[in-house]
Amino acid sequence: MTTSTSARPAGPGASHRGLQDPTRRPGEWAILQFLRGSATIAILTTAGIVASLFPAAISFFREVQTVHGVSFLEFATGTFWAPDFANPSFGVLPIVVGSSIVVVLALLVSVPVGLLSAIYLSEYAPARVRRIIKPALEVLEGVPTVAVGLFAFWFLRPTAQEAFPNLPWTGPFAILIGGMAVGLITVPLMASVSDDAMRQVPQSLREAAYALGDSKARVAIRVVVPAAISGIVAGIVLAASRAVGETMIVLLAAGAGNPNLSFNLFAGVQTMTAFIAGKATGDIAQGTLIYDTVFAVGSLLFLVTLSLNLFAIRFVRRFREVYE
Amino acid sequence: MNADPTPEHALPDAAAAPTVGSSMPGGSGSSETASTGFDLSTALGGARADDEERARAEVVFEADRLSVFYGDFQAVRDVSMQIHAKEITAFIGPSGCGKTTLLRSFNRMNDLIASARVEGGLRYHGEDVYGEGVSPVIVRRKIGMVFQKPNPFPKSIYDNVAYGPRVLKWKKSDLDDVVEESLTRAALWDEVKDRLDQSALGMSGGQQQRLCIARAIATKPDVLLMDEPCSALDPIATLRIEDLMRELKDEYSIVIVTHNMQQAARVSDYTAFLTVDIDDESGQRTGELVEMDRTDRIFTNASDPRTEAYVSGRFG
Ligand SMILES: Nc1ncnc2c1ncn2[C@@H]1O[C@H](COP(=O)(O)OP(=O)(O)OP(=O)(O)O)[C@@H](O)[C@H]1O
Ligand SMILES: [Mg+2]
Repeated sequence: MTTSTSARPAGPGASHRGLQDPTRRPGEWAILQFLRGSATIAILTTAGIVASLFPAAISFFREVQTVHGVSFLEFATGTFWAPDFANPSFGVLPIVVGSSIVVVLALLVSVPVGLLSAIYLSEYAPARVRRIIKPALEVLEGVPTVAVGLFAFWFLRPTAQEAFPNLPWTGPFAILIGGMAVGLITVPLMASVSDDAMRQVPQSLREAAYALGDSKARVAIRVVVPAAISGIVAGIVLAASRAVGETMIVLLAAGAGNPNLSFNLFAGVQTMTAFIAGKATGDIAQGTLIYDTVFAVGSLLFLVTLSLNLFAIRFVRRFREVYE
Repeated sequence: MNADPTPEHALPDAAAAPTVGSSMPGGSGSSETASTGFDLSTALGGARADDEERARAEVVFEADRLSVFYGDFQAVRDVSMQIHAKEITAFIGPSGCGKTTLLRSFNRMNDLIASARVEGGLRYHGEDVYGEGVSPVIVRRKIGMVFQKPNPFPKSIYDNVAYGPRVLKWKKSDLDDVVEESLTRAALWDEVKDRLDQSALGMSGGQQQRLCIARAIATKPDVLLMDEPCSALDPIATLRIEDLMRELKDEYSIVIVTHNMQQAARVSDYTAFLTVDIDDESGQRTGELVEMDRTDRIFTNASDPRTEAYVSGRFG
């Protein structure tokens, strides 16, 4: 690589003229372009996903409309999801509800557990304990979800039934177990994002509260958590987004194939992801209706996640305006 | 209006603590200050000094060979001093001499620093601040603090001032009055009365510092500790805060750390001059109290040459 284009030894006082840096290197331009290119990859990937999902989704809506007489409204509000039955039905609500139940159950686990862990890590834990717990959380985060799914199906589900035999367990699956298992694997995300946000809170704010005679627990809850709220909400939305997209755990623990709209936590309920994973196993042919259906559900999933993330960004920005 | 639920000055183990008869007139107490007090009374004529001492209100703090350590490092050595009620006491001295450290030991803020440790005695209205069973939380409710950098909470102006009263679980219906009264005392009410619900972070630095003062006095603490409260402010904001301190003086005992000699001279009644003692062998820098006296005497007729050198600008 060429170094300085002009090696003229020009000290700052050598001349009063010329504010340009004579040693500007062409290498810098190349580095900038490389960095720019790397950043573009993420955007291109998103664009690629949209480009592959949406055309099939559009052809899905066209086909169900013309062949089966199903309008978009019927698709969005129908309560029976059986696109591959001999007499198919395209009401998407059952799998949307399934995904929503998973999100709610997952957040019910990960928000309190993650937030309390974060409060402990950031406000209470001595440095020594932090050094152990932080990596341990990352290990949990790194466990393959298929392993967690097996654990949920073969261990959690039977154990839960043994512990609470009087609950109306039906069949081998239970979305309750699936949702809670998804919650468990998002605890590290929730804890670590919240912990980071809480550690960003300046020590001077804690001191202000202590100087007013506040106790440690209340300083954490009344000062640190509110000051870190934008980060915490971002963590919640990321956890929700992760839960909507989680596939293997719900497929194994809550099953795929139940076409009915069901709120029964003790039975299998199909989610959008489980439907896609259950169908898209390679033996569906491109251009068929079921192929297009999978992509339509994929597009829906994409839009849900996208809007969750946009919401998170907006929320964070709004709080920045207020608090910074 | 709002009665503090706990009796006036009592720390939690009030019953157990042997109460030292506070502030015997004339007895300016322990070792170091005692010697200064002695010199003065001989120099100025005993009778006059005695009158003067008798006129002072009771002793709030009495430090007896108080030392503060950070781990093995001794930041402050053997400080003995008395701080009287309803006076403004200034701590002056070169950077690093332990003014902040000493001040923060008065309301146990140093407890928040894991390595910090205190030796020697510190009595608050006769009660051992570091005694067994004393709750630092209760200590801080009686001894408020204003910091060098304004540190309002990222909450509304109202919620900032109401924070302390809410900690003490004062009646909700009283909060409006408390907020108005505190902001008025802090000379801020007229500027903010129409935007109490707006974020405190939208205020100027000087307003934020006055808000922090309002927040600190909302619960009517007994003492106000102020660590360079004006160092981030312009001269006009500084003068406003000095006015405020003079006004607060008839209800509060104020201890202020300042690097500004004129400020110390302008506002304080008594001044403590601290300096750094550098150990010849180890090179360790330890803060020490040189002398404490009436501010006019510190500035015009100090008994220690080091004080004279410092206040006349020949040192530090
Ligand atoms: N948290 C801490 N841990 C260890 N040492 C500390 C800590 N805080 C202060 N010190 C040390 O204690 C000594 C006294 O510091 P302190 O902040 O009390 O001085 P100061 O008189 O307030 O100085 P300044 O006028 O610059 O504010 C200094 O040597 C400082 O380095
Ligand atoms: Mg200081």
